[in-house]
Amino acid sequence: MAFTLSPEREKKTEEILGRYPTKRAACIPILHLCQEQEGWVSPEAIAYVASRLGISTSEVQGVVTFYTMYHQEKPGQHTIWVCRTLSCDLMGGKAIQEHLEKRLGCHAGETSPDGRFTLKKAECLAGCGYAPMVQIDDRFYEGLTPAKLDGVLDHLAKTGALPVQAETPWYQDPATAPKIPAAAPAAPAAPAAPAAPAAAKS
Amino acid sequence: MANYPILLSNRYTTPAAHQLAVAEKLGAYRAARKALTTMQPDAIKAEVKAANIRGRGGAGFPAGMKWGFLNPKPGQDVYLVINADEGEPGTFKDRTLMEKDPHRLIEGCIISMYAIGAHKCWIYVRCELVLAIARLEAAIAECHAKGYLGKRPFGKEHELQIFVHPGAGAYICGEETSLLNSLEGQRGEPRLKPPFPAVKGAFGMPTIVNNVETIASVPDVVELGGERWSNLSLLPPEMKDGGTRLYGVSGHVKRPGVYEAPVGITLRELIYDFGGGMIDPGRPLKGVIPGGSSTPVLRPEDKVHAPDPKHPMHKWHGKSHLDVPMAVDTMRNIGTMLGTCCAIVMDSSVNMVEAARNLMHFYSHESCGQCTPCREGTGWLHDVLTELCEGRGKARDVDLLVDIANNMMGNTICALADGTAMPMLALVRKFRAEFLAAAEKGVPESARLDTAVRAALLAGTPGQLAAGGAP
Repeated sequence: MAFTLSPEREKKTEEILGRYPTKRAACIPILHLCQEQEGWVSPEAIAYVASRLGISTSEVQGVVTFYTMYHQEKPGQHTIWVCRTLSCDLMGGKAIQEHLEKRLGCHAGETSPDGRFTLKKAECLAGCGYAPMVQIDDRFYEGLTPAKLDGVLDHLAKTGALPVQAETPWYQDPATAPKIPAAAPAAPAAPAAPAAPAAAKS
Repeated sequence: MANYPILLSNRYTTPAAHQLAVAEKLGAYRAARKALTTMQPDAIKAEVKAANIRGRGGAGFPAGMKWGFLNPKPGQDVYLVINADEGEPGTFKDRTLMEKDPHRLIEGCIISMYAIGAHKCWIYVRCELVLAIARLEAAIAECHAKGYLGKRPFGKEHELQIFVHPGAGAYICGEETSLLNSLEGQRGEPRLKPPFPAVKGAFGMPTIVNNVETIASVPDVVELGGERWSNLSLLPPEMKDGGTRLYGVSGHVKRPGVYEAPVGITLRELIYDFGGGMIDPGRPLKGVIPGGSSTPVLRPEDKVHAPDPKHPMHKWHGKSHLDVPMAVDTMRNIGTMLGTCCAIVMDSSVNMVEAARNLMHFYSHESCGQCTPCREGTGWLHDVLTELCEGRGKARDVDLLVDIANNMMGNTICALADGTAMPMLALVRKFRAEFLAAAEKGVPESARLDTAVRAALLAGTPGQLAAGGAP
């Protein structure tokens, strides 16, 4: 059966096409919509995107294979990305991966025997200060220990939903920070104002 | 912790500051209103130039000068593109801006678009940052509802549209021309320069590509005035590296995270003051990568050598590399780069050959494959390092690493190959004995990268490992 997007995703597609001067520019966001619906980007989805954008299937295929976030095979129900780049590895990224491999019963790059999880190694996910970390579907879990990660997966098993992603911690308090030196009141016309801090500077 | 003025992050600790009503109470859109209702575009450009903002994405190019390259022909559209493809290993600062205070970035976009004469802006966010994308999209919708975006923002006849464009997982798309190809729906392969994006960028039109933090600084520049903002830097004005910026610190420190401070604090301050010092007092600092993995590693025992009083670094002659102010030019003068200003700290438990293998795995995975020296070279470096780590290496492999890296430098379209070769060469130069030892007997399993924390991690008692926990 030919690939189709659901009506609400079809509507979203129209909106996305309006964002760019060319149709082709919508390729990446529309592929995301296809993957969101199907769980992966199938050859049928590629053919659909190509015809929708008026480009060849090989061009869309080229895009799909270039980027790592498109699944070219149907993954498990959930995908776990373990960050294994330097900052995470210094803080135990490998230990987290080993723990997941044991718990899920599969290696990185594989899907667990029960089909629930696909485990993948990720390159830097911009969570370096809160390492080690994993991304499960659309959420980040940071500052992990094996026990903390078990808590997340147990929560998922029990409730069917992932726990909320925590806000990243922040340690500076703007309330106690010093004011900006020689802060002239926001007078609309004060041409001399910028000179003052320059002079005050050693 | 040292106490400095806080601008970029001054709404971070307020709950729900990502919502317009909360952000606006704390000053959001004051600068945009001022800019669009009382200032001419050229006056804003002049303030940005006077602010001496060095691009926050890694290259450190002066933002005001970049804007000055725009010279659209009649009938050409001008576009603003925000590079939010944060993916340089060790770097996690832009994410905090987009998640905690998306309105600061949107406000920066509004002012910048008006200043450069653009009507459309795309924020290219890597798709992994789901929360950042959701908050930016919500922020844009709030601005449309409030009349800050759309046909007549703040009553001004200058239509403004901002769109979030998700990436799809490719480090290379942080390179600005690759990002533009990706924005146009192509494979993210970098373009030959010239033409530079300011002449021929997105969709063939003159385009300014700026980092998230660069544009997020613009509202404060407008509010304070360029010169006053610039003077927040700890460096003298003639060094033209102004303002405050976000510093990141990750790896073996007690309190990793992002911190705001003026330009020009030292690595020592970042590691021992902001970062709280080394995680294990028994394991001293061995090396620090100052600004994302493409910047060459520094050792605490290395000293600045500039006996000539005319040398720009003479002021720091004889001082440790850790005591040099972190700025674009000072870091370049000691043989590294400021990069994204997010340091990776490694203690004495780290085997540098293993660390190099980790990084080279990253680059060989992320090379786009367009240029042969990079596509092959990154893979070869990783292969040679694997041989060394696993005990199959030979002493001559250490020179082979240097040879491969030297043949990558300067021989490719974009800077990914240089960004691979430079840290590789620095690691071999500064830790050669360790590479030779690996050639002799490999890297034992006990030298895993997580030695410093593994026991605590497995016991589930990370203790002072503040990662994600209490300070």
